[in-house]
Amino acid sequence: MTTALQNWASSARRKIKENARPIRREEPIGPARWPVLVLFMPPALLLFTIFVILPIGEAAWYSVFNWNGYGRPEEFVGLRNFEVLFRNNAFRQALQNTGLIMLVSIIIQVPLALWLAMLLARKIPGVVGFRLIFFLPYVLADVAAGLIWRFVYDGDFGLFAAIFGFFGMETPYVLADRNVAIYAVLAVVVWKYFGFHMMLFIAGLQAIDKHLLEAADIDGASGWQKFRYVTLPLLGPTVRLSIFFAVIGSLQLFDVVMPLTGGGPSNSTETLVTFLYSYGVMRMQVGFGSAAGVVLFVICVVLAFTYKRVLMRND
Amino acid sequence: MTDTTATLPPGNRNTSSPGSSFVRTLYTYAALFLVASIVLIPLVTTALGGFKTLGDLRTNPFGLPAEWQWANYLEILFSERYWRMLWNSLVIGFWTTFLTLAVAAMAAFTLAHVRFFGSGYLLNYFLLGLMFPVATAILPLFIRVRDLGLLDSYWGVVLPQVAFGLGMSILLMRNFFRNVPNELFDAAFVDGCGYIRFFWAVTLPLSRPIIATVGIVAFVQSWNNYIIPLIMLTSESNYPWPLGIMSYRGEYGTAWQMILAFITLTILPTVIVFFAAQKHIIAGLTSGAVKG
Repeated sequence: MTTALQNWASSARRKIKENARPIRREEPIGPARWPVLVLFMPPALLLFTIFVILPIGEAAWYSVFNWNGYGRPEEFVGLRNFEVLFRNNAFRQALQNTGLIMLVSIIIQVPLALWLAMLLARKIPGVVGFRLIFFLPYVLADVAAGLIWRFVYDGDFGLFAAIFGFFGMETPYVLADRNVAIYAVLAVVVWKYFGFHMMLFIAGLQAIDKHLLEAADIDGASGWQKFRYVTLPLLGPTVRLSIFFAVIGSLQLFDVVMPLTGGGPSNSTETLVTFLYSYGVMRMQVGFGSAAGVVLFVICVVLAFTYKRVLMRND
Repeated sequence: MTDTTATLPPGNRNTSSPGSSFVRTLYTYAALFLVASIVLIPLVTTALGGFKTLGDLRTNPFGLPAEWQWANYLEILFSERYWRMLWNSLVIGFWTTFLTLAVAAMAAFTLAHVRFFGSGYLLNYFLLGLMFPVATAILPLFIRVRDLGLLDSYWGVVLPQVAFGLGMSILLMRNFFRNVPNELFDAAFVDGCGYIRFFWAVTLPLSRPIIATVGIVAFVQSWNNYIIPLIMLTSESNYPWPLGIMSYRGEYGTAWQMILAFITLTILPTVIVFFAAQKHIIAGLTSGAVKG
């Protein structure tokens, strides 16, 4: 009697399980899915395909033609656009400048942001106000920031003129000097973006367990040791993220440069995007410009993948 | 840091005798004030410069104006041009934000809750958009917009802006939507509620924080965007303000007092909104970055 009952119970349980499993896994309980699929996916899919994916593909296609943008691309030139591109001095300068901007962002801007974040992590009055002030340039449009600095650097009216005049020196026209202009641009880039990186670090610092620092205190660690062996390793993911944004940002730098120098004097401050704009868009050389776009694209892909592979493996 | 060390027995502290703590505070403030002045001086001189005459600006760019020239600011405030620029930026920003929210929320909801073949691939497809700057495809984009007949119209700017913002927006919203508890679903479905009604009645009201974040990011990016309007718009009556100040500067050349007043007035809305809603803006702009 009891065994029969047990058998019945266990077989019933098994049946329930067998029935339950397919329902959960393959045929989720719930209403029809097709209305939501048909209504909710296409807008995003269409917009994204038409304005992002297709143009990127077309850039690759156009880059092997000599085309002024009217009619159909017909004059196939193979890889000649790329050949001309890499022989172009302005383009080489742009590549070099982009590398320099990346380097400066990583070795000056990121440590500066980390240092300020450490200072602002102390609980002293006024910290919130400083945070706001430091973040302010990041919120301003790049174009406005560029124009403001164009005034600052102006040799006749700007702050530079005043400072140099005060010391009785002749005012340099920094933006007109092809040897210094790029450094003037770099200073503006740091001024504009350090606040963003600082905010990343502040968020990262807040996530660190205070007990670890207290433990280091008890062990008699100095301030530098605490930073070097506790804070910095724990900030690893934030540092990598910050560097990632610095790299991506350097690759697209355009808005700040246009009002400052527009890529000049004699191409000395050209970036990849200003080059693309003045040689591809302004002259309507669609093939040539697209080739520059493809190079930028390849650099992005290579950097993004190696970066994810090498540095962000654990995040 | 100082408050944690203060609770420890004095023998274990090696950094913070009262004197060195004072020095550290002093050093902290000195550094902070130095950086703050580097940030603020260009901004303040810009605002003050708008009140000066050109001669005054030349001899005295730092100090207060010798005579406050309200005329510079008033001339701009009473010009049609200034208001038209801001209006253009506002309209473009509004439609960009609205469309980004609507389109991204629907796609993110589907990717988060509806199981269908290929949903993983679709998500990755959208994430491709995170990797490429607009500039890589700017020429084909221009040709596409031209062929669609949208050149020199608001939509020629809005649609590409929405499309390039979709990757990040969908990612952020999907991650948020996934945290809606499953029990809510089961309950709603048992009561005969479909996906679309669930989206309207449950998901959206529960998702205000992420809607605010994505909306702020979309609006700020649109408000400050330069390269897309630069390429898509040709007539000055359609220019949003970043293009407007550039052409203003082109016209006024070295009449810096006017240009400075113009810059001040155009960044003023941003600064006011930033200080009024700083918590949300900072959270939005950095969380968008961190979670990506």
